[in-house]
Amino acid sequence: MSDTLSVVAVAIVCVTTVVVGGLGLRLSRRTSDFYVAGRTVSPRLNASAISGEYLSAASFLGVAGLIYDQGVDLLWLPVGYTLGYLVLLVMVAAPMRRSGAYTLPDFAEARLGSVFVRRLAALLVVAIGWMYLVPQFQGAGLALALVTGAPQWVGALLVAVVVAAAVGAGGMRSITFVQAMQYWIKLTCLAVPAFVLLALWLRSGAGLPSVSDAWSLPFSPKSPDDHPHYRTASMMLALCLGTMGLPHVLVRYYTNPDGVAARRTTVSVVALLGVFYLLPPVYAVLGRVHLPSLPAGVRSDTIVLQLPERVVSGLGGDVLTAMLAGGAFAALLSTASGLAMSVTGVLHQELLRPQLSRLTGGDAFGFGGFRLAAVGAVVVPFVVARYVEQIGIATTVGFAFSLAAATFAPLLMLGVWWRRLSRVGAVAGLVVGAVAATSAALTTFVAGPLDGWPGALLANPAAWCTPLAFATAVVVSLATPASVPRDTARVMVRLHTPEQVHLARSRVPD
Amino acid sequence: MTASFHVPTAVVVAGAMLLLGLGVWAAGRGRRRGFLSTVDRVTYSTLHTASLASRHLADGLTPEAAERAGRHLLAILGASSVAICDASGLLSWTGPGDHHAPDAHGHASESRTSGAPSVLGSDAITCSDPDCPVRAAVTAPLIADERVVGTLTAYAPAASAGLARATGELARWVSAELDVAELGRARTRAMEAELRALRAQISPHFIYNSLGAIASFVRTDPERARELLLEFADFTRYSLRQGGPFTTLAEELRNVERYLVLEQARFGERLQVSLLIAPEVLPVRIPYLAVQPLVENAVRHGLASKEGVGHVTISASDQGGEAEISVDDDGVGTSPESVQRILDGVSRADSIGLGNVDARLRQIYGDDFGLVVETAEGAGTRVSFRVPKYAPGVHAE
Repeated sequence: MSDTLSVVAVAIVCVTTVVVGGLGLRLSRRTSDFYVAGRTVSPRLNASAISGEYLSAASFLGVAGLIYDQGVDLLWLPVGYTLGYLVLLVMVAAPMRRSGAYTLPDFAEARLGSVFVRRLAALLVVAIGWMYLVPQFQGAGLALALVTGAPQWVGALLVAVVVAAAVGAGGMRSITFVQAMQYWIKLTCLAVPAFVLLALWLRSGAGLPSVSDAWSLPFSPKSPDDHPHYRTASMMLALCLGTMGLPHVLVRYYTNPDGVAARRTTVSVVALLGVFYLLPPVYAVLGRVHLPSLPAGVRSDTIVLQLPERVVSGLGGDVLTAMLAGGAFAALLSTASGLAMSVTGVLHQELLRPQLSRLTGGDAFGFGGFRLAAVGAVVVPFVVARYVEQIGIATTVGFAFSLAAATFAPLLMLGVWWRRLSRVGAVAGLVVGAVAATSAALTTFVAGPLDGWPGALLANPAAWCTPLAFATAVVVSLATPASVPRDTARVMVRLHTPEQVHLARSRVPD
Repeated sequence: MTASFHVPTAVVVAGAMLLLGLGVWAAGRGRRRGFLSTVDRVTYSTLHTASLASRHLADGLTPEAAERAGRHLLAILGASSVAICDASGLLSWTGPGDHHAPDAHGHASESRTSGAPSVLGSDAITCSDPDCPVRAAVTAPLIADERVVGTLTAYAPAASAGLARATGELARWVSAELDVAELGRARTRAMEAELRALRAQISPHFIYNSLGAIASFVRTDPERARELLLEFADFTRYSLRQGGPFTTLAEELRNVERYLVLEQARFGERLQVSLLIAPEVLPVRIPYLAVQPLVENAVRHGLASKEGVGHVTISASDQGGEAEISVDDDGVGTSPESVQRILDGVSRADSIGLGNVDARLRQIYGDDFGLVVETAEGAGTRVSFRVPKYAPGVHAE
């Protein structure tokens, strides 16, 4: 096997992450001229950074595996991952930026003026972050197990340690430039092998793969009691509405100087993701050509990593495998550290710092609490990942998106667009959505995939959880007009007024 | 699928967590209950009610405050209804019998003019409803700043000596709370005045020196003199503007740039400036004129009294939910004690707004976010502060 080269590639990626995390600020340029305005992060750079952080193990490995396994229906998956940003662009990007909020709990507090809603949102950020970290650790285990033959927990542990170290060292704090590089690294690592494999396939004249009708026809049931239409629709809803609730995505919007830049950034993100997601289907089809059936016990998530050595023998195959393994680890580390950073920030600010300063009389500042929070942010999903190994990466990611869609989508969309949202209504919507989506995920984790309608509803809960949460928030808000925040009108004006319109009460006239 | 999911372990873990949670909850409750006599319990509950009312009175005598505080005052008095009036009319009526509310201001008129408690019996308060508990009224004046600002009237089926005493004492307590509220408002006004003072406070030395430097270029390099004059105009416009109290770090740094261009016209090569700015923090909102005074301080105290080249470094870094901004110079430094005096507001000599920036930061973000000054004689100075990226109520412009 191509052990050595792949191990080297993974090692390089890990070491770079830790070093960059440790050095942190030292990467910013030293300069003696000002031109501060020209130095703000441009929408394109920020878009690369958002894409770099967003493209995770699920995108790199899971999407190709799912298409390989289940056929053309899953082509919707890359579409959905991208479409989420379109919804974000139209519905919330600019108003969210104008609200001045840095995190989702900040937005909840800015819009509803309630510390309780803030706490609830913070709790959900932690839940979504943990749920999204689980598949990252799973992916790490898979990737390392395949290229080196190590047990699955080794890869997960490696990523957990690297991420905890990088975050705890105080690095990985919105280093826009580094995350932007990550996007281009991932794209290269996925694109170069893809083109090599494509060229070899064309030259060999192997022809189209022979696949079953269930694979190539849209909406064909995989089992007698399958519901492909519902499954696909629910998944799309989760991806479309869930993207706006991912904690590590929205913090990057703060870097944009204004709402217009936020919108430009989102447009660029859609373009960058669109390019990236052209590639996983290529791997899926090539997988069907070269590996018509997988050996027993091998998961379809590993299809991307298996292809090169099946097609190219000798050093060439090793190099391509090493490239893909390195790219997969880069994807894992950047997403995992972004998520861990968000979760750590929330754990530290909402939970640990108040407690620590109460215990020590206000003296406990500095880094102790932050490091503790970083360890906590990583340990919980690591342990969970050990228990739910049998569930596919993209499925677990789907649950994180469903939870985000059922909780933050109603809060953000109603918060931005509906004046009569009351505090009680927002809380009711968050609680109902969270309980519904979490119980669906837990049932699937514990009891395994079920058959028929219960199975379909539980495995893809977004289609019923999200409308339920929206309806709850609306009905309860209408029933409790007294708890509509008093400054709603003022906040709405600030969220929706373009920056070109000066709202200042008085300025020095020009 | 549960091959790797060990159900008994999960059940045990979940059970242990639940028990732990219950234990913590029970411990918390036990501490709160304790063993109390009836008198103690009544005293504590009265104090608790009073503390609830006092929170609402912190804004002064407004209809909302009176409405909310009225509920708690009624609970303390044990009367059937309570009315709070100010000099011009009724602010709130709490309790049954609100068909008397339009008369409440009239009921209180005697007390309002005399400044002493007054009692009205059933002869003055008539009611056609036999079940109405409003038969007698005890009114006590609310006195703040030695003026009658309002009245507190307790209504009951009959006036008693106890009710009169309770109403009088309660009115005196409310008056004290109103005094405290007035004090708080005065403090805010003083802070605002101080902020206005800082805005207007471009140091006279700076104006004089800048104009002198510009004048020296008028003959030799008229183009440069013109540019400097325009910078000077922009600087004064920013510093004297009448907008809101916040701006973005990018705007503030742009003003620092203008300031440094003018200072460099005077110091020439002697003043070296370097910047270390993480672009991510440029959109962060900071109090207006929070960085410029620190840079001015570094230039004046760090460099002006020193021979040779002086370096000033301005850096801003991203710390997750916060941004840290610092200004370093390698000048002559000063003793920590004198900095302490400046920050405490004891000594005002020559400290361009350091104490003021510190006070404003603490007022806006809390005591964790004041200025941090690291200095010693001959060792240069580093002044830094942190601002949260998001704080409720903080918006640019």
